[in-house]
Amino acid sequence: MNRLQIELPGLSLKNPIIPASGCFGFGQEFANLYDLSTLGAIMIKATTLETRRGNPTPRVAETSSGMLNAIGLQNPGLEHVMEHELPWLEQFDVPIIANVAGTEMTDYVAVAERISTANNVKALELNISCPNVKCGGIQFGTDAKIAGELTAAVKAVSEVPVYVKLSPNVTNIVEIAKEVEASGADGITMINTLVGMRLNPSTGKPIIANGTGGLSGPAVKPVAIRMVYEVSKEISIPIIGMGGVTNAEDVIDFLSAGASAVGVGTANFVDPFVCPKIIEELPQKLDEIGYSKLTDLIGRSHR
Amino acid sequence: MIQQEKMKVIHHRSIATNIYELVLHGQLVNEMKNPGQFVHIRVSDSYEPLLRRPISICSIDQENLECTLLYRAGGRGTQLLSLKQPGDMVDVLGPLGNGFPLDASNSGETALLIGGGIGVPPLYELASRLQQKGVRTIHVLGFQSIGDVFYEEQFKALGETHIVTADGSYGSKGFVTDLLMQEKPEFDVFYSCGPTPMLKAIEQTYPDKLGFLSFEERMGCGIGACYACVCETTDAVSQDYLKVCSDGPVFKRGVVAL
Repeated sequence: MNRLQIELPGLSLKNPIIPASGCFGFGQEFANLYDLSTLGAIMIKATTLETRRGNPTPRVAETSSGMLNAIGLQNPGLEHVMEHELPWLEQFDVPIIANVAGTEMTDYVAVAERISTANNVKALELNISCPNVKCGGIQFGTDAKIAGELTAAVKAVSEVPVYVKLSPNVTNIVEIAKEVEASGADGITMINTLVGMRLNPSTGKPIIANGTGGLSGPAVKPVAIRMVYEVSKEISIPIIGMGGVTNAEDVIDFLSAGASAVGVGTANFVDPFVCPKIIEELPQKLDEIGYSKLTDLIGRSHR
Repeated sequence: MIQQEKMKVIHHRSIATNIYELVLHGQLVNEMKNPGQFVHIRVSDSYEPLLRRPISICSIDQENLECTLLYRAGGRGTQLLSLKQPGDMVDVLGPLGNGFPLDASNSGETALLIGGGIGVPPLYELASRLQQKGVRTIHVLGFQSIGDVFYEEQFKALGETHIVTADGSYGSKGFVTDLLMQEKPEFDVFYSCGPTPMLKAIEQTYPDKLGFLSFEERMGCGIGACYACVCETTDAVSQDYLKVCSDGPVFKRGVVAL
């Protein structure tokens, strides 16, 4: 028996560790460092219909136990990802979760319809929560009704299960999660970054060219844990939790809060080997807390 | 190949105002190929600060598995690094990026090396390697003031060296380009590392020469995954953006929009 095995809609995960979208590119950089087949799955960088150049620099600013970023969804566009990045990833025994982004509902639908047909794309992650683009993105994730409509529209065309990535920058995240579930989502991924700002002490102006950026890293973990805890009590579809995961203990926290798997984001920038390290640590952590398998931990904070 | 290693501090000393010379020992030195590559250093075991600090490699001693890094203790992270003592271990990721192409200069030719401030260090290993293959090197090194000057003797031992300070407190006064206009050195290829305005001025000073420029930008991961340190390209290149960390930090002149 594989103690780390997790079964989710569309995804048979040999372990719950999934590099989070935007923190792992399309895998190429990390494939030089370790075998990507060791990962539970990979959430590839957000893909849009057309090529996106992204935002001007500076795009990142360090903060206490975290960082702000405003990359702006830079990506080579759907056609390129279908022809190059996804076929290249087929050499690894790892399911791909394709992060889908756009500015109009029709963009999301077009990308979802096509990218869900790729051999190794086993699920979609609808990015309705990117705080760093002028149009689309977060607009779809802060209004429950619109989030539900988009979910239904994408579900209607997708060949694979659809997970919706929620924004923490809302008054009531449970309401949005429920609406997304009612509209047919197969799962939730949460949380995206928290909107923040850092000023340059000399000029008094924001450091990041975009002004605001998305806060990530260990600093956001308590917010993410609280939100996973609240949402998991109210919905019955699974959650992939993320926000500040850097080690096996964090994984155990997210599962205990109610997540079924975890995304690892910013930690990949600090230690590019962090994902295989966490996977290796997990069995020992399970022993320490006296559990035989990871699935027994899911949602134990509620019980 | 990129590796992560806890490297041991062998020497660590201040050599100019806020400038430190750090000598590290470890197997990672075997992986260092080209002058101009850099390492990404975690200055603390905690999440404070969270990100690594990119530092260029100043010299490589593969026989003794030692490398020398020169850095400016400017911000919080590098100030913490400056507290490391001989015997301490430092978490290093590297070597990263592509360095200066040595094959752009041939034996018997002359290379002009132009450094500004903390852009000077990678030129030292470059000068040594070029000398080894029979290339004559001329060094023009610019600093703010007399207290900021470092490695003058080391560069002099390798060839003709000019020091420039912005305030004129040491060497000639002005910018490196002022000295270049005045001295008009004869050379075949130029290599430069320093602040972007300096790189721009050099490109404009030598519109017809082959040259290579090393850039600096705020970095996240250092390996090309986070898309933080992109730079805009000129029309001569098909991509709109290149990543300073993994496509660079050294680019041929004319590639990056300045």
